[in-house]
Amino acid sequence: MALSRQSVLTVDGLDALIGKLRERGYRVIGPSVRDHAIVYDDIGDVADLPRGWTDEQDAGQYRLRRRDDDALFGYVVGPQSWKKYLHPPHVALWRARRTGKDVRIEPAPEPTERLALLGVRSCELHAIAIQDRVLLSGAHVDPGYRARREAAFIVAVNCGVTGGTCFCVSMRTGPKVDAGADIALTEIVTAGERVFVLETGSDKGAALLADLPHRWASAAEIAEAKAVVARAAAAMGRDLAADDVPELLLRNLEHPRWDDVAQRCLTCGNCTMVCPTCFCTTVEDTSSLDGTETARTQRWDSCFTMDFSYIHGGSVRTSSRSRYRQWMTHKLATWHQQFGTSGCVGCGRCITWCPVGIDITEEVRAIRAGSRAEGDRHGD
Amino acid sequence: MLPRVARVRRRRRDGPQVWTLDIETGETDTATLPGQFNMLTAFGIGEVPISLSGLGESSAASQRLLHTVRAVGPVSAALARLGPGDALGLRGPFGVGWPMAAAAGRDVVIVAGGLGLAPLRPALHHLLADRGRYGNVTLLYGTRSPDDILFRRELEAWRRRLDIDIEVTVDHARSGWHGHVGVVTTLVAHASFDPQNAIALVCGPEVMMRFTINALRDAGLTDDTIYLSVERNMKCAVGLCGHCQYGPTLVCRDGPVMRYDRVRGLLALKEI
Ligand SMILES: Cc1cc2nc3c(=O)[nH]c(=O)nc-3n(C[C@H](O)[C@H](O)[C@H](O)COP(=O)(O)OP(=O)(O)OC[C@H]3O[C@@H](n4cnc5c(N)ncnc54)[C@H](O)[C@@H]3O)c2cc1C
Ligand code: SF4
Ligand code: SF4
Ligand code: FES
Repeated sequence: MALSRQSVLTVDGLDALIGKLRERGYRVIGPSVRDHAIVYDDIGDVADLPRGWTDEQDAGQYRLRRRDDDALFGYVVGPQSWKKYLHPPHVALWRARRTGKDVRIEPAPEPTERLALLGVRSCELHAIAIQDRVLLSGAHVDPGYRARREAAFIVAVNCGVTGGTCFCVSMRTGPKVDAGADIALTEIVTAGERVFVLETGSDKGAALLADLPHRWASAAEIAEAKAVVARAAAAMGRDLAADDVPELLLRNLEHPRWDDVAQRCLTCGNCTMVCPTCFCTTVEDTSSLDGTETARTQRWDSCFTMDFSYIHGGSVRTSSRSRYRQWMTHKLATWHQQFGTSGCVGCGRCITWCPVGIDITEEVRAIRAGSRAEGDRHGD
Repeated sequence: MLPRVARVRRRRRDGPQVWTLDIETGETDTATLPGQFNMLTAFGIGEVPISLSGLGESSAASQRLLHTVRAVGPVSAALARLGPGDALGLRGPFGVGWPMAAAAGRDVVIVAGGLGLAPLRPALHHLLADRGRYGNVTLLYGTRSPDDILFRRELEAWRRRLDIDIEVTVDHARSGWHGHVGVVTTLVAHASFDPQNAIALVCGPEVMMRFTINALRDAGLTDDTIYLSVERNMKCAVGLCGHCQYGPTLVCRDGPVMRYDRVRGLLALKEI
């Protein structure tokens, strides 16, 4: 996203950025510490940001720890993703009113709120692009998602640290922001001062920058911003060699590893809730006591529930083996065929937040180890 | 995602727990094709996919669609209870229907199991309305018992025609039934078609379709001439909710009618 000449904001400049977004009518959402985790919540000013905190993550483990500096973005990603705001867990679709035999249906009003997302990571931008693909690029679009998405202002922040479960480098989704942001920041320390090297990626971003106190970045600052991201990339511990994975999994739909993972998986669905690309929803119809008012609400669903695949007579996927297989093959293989992209960006959330620490990268390695030969697809 | 308000004009019983609704959609600009489906809402209860089972007497002001519903749970039961004048929600049409164009000039073998006859009925109407365009037309139909036979009067009327072969079989018969007894796959041997120039349309429970396809292949049909209608849970019907996934396909978008050679691998797998 090296579109603009790079500028520098101080911490006060960042505070001004939040203030200007609010002045322009945006609801600013960003990282904040709540209940021992970094979550995405309303942000009033820089004081709401997780100053001096970082997150330690491993399979099934997440812990906040104090940093020995005042970094504002010195963590990776938390349990929530931006889908909480762009593709919310509950969305009213319509209500219907009945008078006698007459029924009138009123669509729920389209969202008018303008969101500014502050602190979006590169993998998360890729996840948003994937949800755009699913929810906006087919023959039918999700109108609420479109309204929220088109109004959104995105301030991305390059990663300066690597999380214990990240594997974005191997998914080619990070850690450097390459597209999709109005403004991208890199937090650096030079000459003892904490500053943000800033690039703009859109006219909206450039217009906002013009309203902020800033100066041009020096060559040293630009070099340091680059180095910060390069260090994060180099520190990445996990990887998922991606290119042949779709074919590998589809060739191994009866691999014994699915039985092995089924022994561990609790089918709790945590992985689908925390995943920034998982988009599945269901609907619920409710009705007033006298039956004159009814309403339909859309809510997040998970392929790990029994109801998800229910057809009269029983669920299609009853075993945990088949449900884990559905989830993982969808993420890494059939998503390509359905939507032309991978369904995984390597953010590591599903690994961190799995109560039993199931690691998608390790499961792929295990399947590779005992794989059927190439060209030997099941059932063909 | 917004249904329109449609109205039931007539309701006819077509079998145990099976009702055909003649629905006035209030529209004239969309045509539902054989094999396609609509999402029907019983207000306050829920919404489910139901295939087109025929066309009613449309007027210039409004089209009439037939939908045949088996009451198996809350939504289908509420739909089946609707009577003349009652409102329901309707979204659609959705999905890819039967390949009527590909059937032209060929023998057509239609194999239906149970309620699977409902989505095939508009295809039969289509074939019979333009009978000269097709070769031999055969309907093989299997149900649980003689009481479960759908659209009985219509089947009897078709039986009297000389340009369509109809074979019906039941799993269990009481005395008084003089037709075939056994699974529908056994009827494939009775069908007369030229395997080099035929097409098969299959709809029924998944196991029934699996066995039927084997029988059709044994009879010489190639995999790219066999079409089946796949059933999966559906919520949105427009490719957005993820519920109808069937391997690399979304049944609401890429189906429900699919060509067998494209889903062969999936059909052989359990819990996909
Ligand atoms: C493309 C398609 C065409 C269909 N055509 C017909 C038809 O013409 N006539 C007919 O009677 N039935 C048809 N069905 C099946 C019908 O949709 C189900 O019987 C119905 O959803 C049952 O819902 P319920 O609430 O009454 O019962 P329950 O069994 O309690 O179902 C609860 C929920 O599970 C889901 N569900 C259950 N069974 C099915 C199913 N078989 N397919 C998809 N979702 C299901 C629905 O969301 C339903 O609301 C069709 C299904 C599909 C996918
Ligand atoms: S599957 Fe796991 S690693 Fe991949 S995007 Fe989803 S949560 Fe992140
Ligand atoms: S993989 Fe882990 S998080 Fe996902 S359903 Fe299974 S136990 Fe839950
Ligand atoms: S029914 Fe929602 S994606 Fe097919």
